[in-house]
Amino acid sequence: MPTTLPRLPEERLRPLAAAHAAAVREVRVKTLASFAVLAVVVVVAAWFAEVDIVKMASRIGTVGDYVGRIFTFDSGAHVGRPVIVAPGEWMWGLSHWARLIGDTLLIAYAGTLLGAVAAFFLSFMAARNLGRHPMVRVGVKRLLEFCRTVPELVFALIFVIAFGLGPMPGVLALAIHTTGALGKLFSEVVENVDMKPIEGTTATGGSWWQTVRFAVVPQVASNFASYALLRFEINVRGASVMGFVGAGGIGQDLIEAIRKFYYADVSAILVLIILTVMAIDLATERLRHHLIATEARA
Amino acid sequence: MSVVIRTSGDLDGPMSDTRRIRGALGPMARENRAALEKRHPAIFAGSRLGRAATTAIFAGLLGLLVFALWRLEFSFARIGAGIGQLLHFLTLMVPPSAGTWARFWLFLHSLGETVAIALLGTLAAAVLAFPLGFLAAKNVVAQRVLHFFARRFLDTIRGVDTLIWALIWINVVGLGPFAGILAIMSSDFGAFGKLFSEAIEAVDRKPIEGVASTGGSRLAEIRFGILPQILPVIAGQVLYYIESNTRSATIIGIVGAGGIGMFLSEAIRTLEWQQVSLLVAMILVAVAVIDQISSRIRFAIIGERRIET
Repeated sequence: MPTTLPRLPEERLRPLAAAHAAAVREVRVKTLASFAVLAVVVVVAAWFAEVDIVKMASRIGTVGDYVGRIFTFDSGAHVGRPVIVAPGEWMWGLSHWARLIGDTLLIAYAGTLLGAVAAFFLSFMAARNLGRHPMVRVGVKRLLEFCRTVPELVFALIFVIAFGLGPMPGVLALAIHTTGALGKLFSEVVENVDMKPIEGTTATGGSWWQTVRFAVVPQVASNFASYALLRFEINVRGASVMGFVGAGGIGQDLIEAIRKFYYADVSAILVLIILTVMAIDLATERLRHHLIATEARA
Repeated sequence: MSVVIRTSGDLDGPMSDTRRIRGALGPMARENRAALEKRHPAIFAGSRLGRAATTAIFAGLLGLLVFALWRLEFSFARIGAGIGQLLHFLTLMVPPSAGTWARFWLFLHSLGETVAIALLGTLAAAVLAFPLGFLAAKNVVAQRVLHFFARRFLDTIRGVDTLIWALIWINVVGLGPFAGILAIMSSDFGAFGKLFSEAIEAVDRKPIEGVASTGGSRLAEIRFGILPQILPVIAGQVLYYIESNTRSATIIGIVGAGGIGMFLSEAIRTLEWQQVSLLVAMILVAVAVIDQISSRIRFAIIGERRIET
């Protein structure tokens, strides 16, 4: 069905078109201005960080070279051939590396659990709705902030000197960082709980700890567990580099292989780390979906 | 009679109310506890199966922790000695000081370098991940194989820690902040690809259909149908990552990829504790400032919406 669109007379059309053009121009100018600011910031930052595009362009080919080289044998019977031709030779240190990766997972696990327990107790003190003294609350909040802002590797560096080399400082460093990160998330969960059970428990004479135990914990347990699992996933990655500063796990062997140019070993260890991280990601994702499902049912 | 309207800021309210009620109801309930238990046996007994499951889970967690601590050679003697050492270090840390002014300016410059690394690395990652986000989005590229490989590729990149990327890039471009930028870029590239593709998959179909109905091409659909919807989301995510990367950029200097981390690890290793506390304080201040700036910009762009990370 053909219809003719009515066309407004020119004198009424003109101001409308002008208004539209002005509106569009305003948005454009704003966008352009923000991009200009961004460009200036980028240029200043690039100057600060000594970015050298020319050098980058001349070296960009070496990226491919490096990737090619780590996947090629540089010694032994298969020298010069890709690692895939002799997987046994490539993964010669598998049992050793597997044990170190197991250690890495244990470091991540112990760090996450210890940190989660500390965060659990501190989060109730930091939450606004449980009526702790404001001084306590603010103090705990600042402490958690400090714990999560200082990177775990800095804690690890200091702990390695205080406690000696080995996985123990790695666990403690991860635990402290985890306390800070989870403590914030946990206290946010606590601040969002339904207040009625809390009123019920206090009304029947429950102490502060009983209130937390019977009115708050049942509401937040599955959320806490889900956040802790997510943190475990992150900590596995973090634990894989703890060895760089001497704090245990697979990192020690990786940094040695990279620094001493044992190319095939670098790729072998990297592949093992990536596979482990992927497996852990998949497993924790399953568990978390399961937890979310139980929460939805409750 | 007066009516009290409680604002949302008054979070302490219910608790102080209940505290008043507790004075009256609590003792009454405690006195009648036996009678109450008889009247509601199910509530007091709880579910035996649920309790057994909880106990089993906690026993398992604890058992694994004990095994981990044994395997990782934890010893209380070492912890005690170490804590003594730490306290000693703490006393050596005050007052924070760089030693000389020249050294302080050096620290300040490297702090600027750290922020620059975080900024440039994150922006470069966003620019690179932008096209890949479309490739990995189901509703743009309806090609299951391509989609699968794009996702797995991003997962692989995400599995490698920033510090490992830094070591690899140092081999390629040499020591210095440039390797740090590339390291942040590589590890965020994976995360951004995933986040962007999820944002693209969550868009409203109607604007796209609108563009298509007026005869727009596939490219016009993306430009006028999808882009306006995802740009604010993406901007928010990029800002959030700049914030969190400022933290990770402070450590890549430990392996020689530029920034304040180099001075920090050097100061720790040479036991210059006054410099350590100054550097940590500088990092805390810088992170707090960047947090403030980026959350301001973020709220200006997207309002107080929660960022999915």
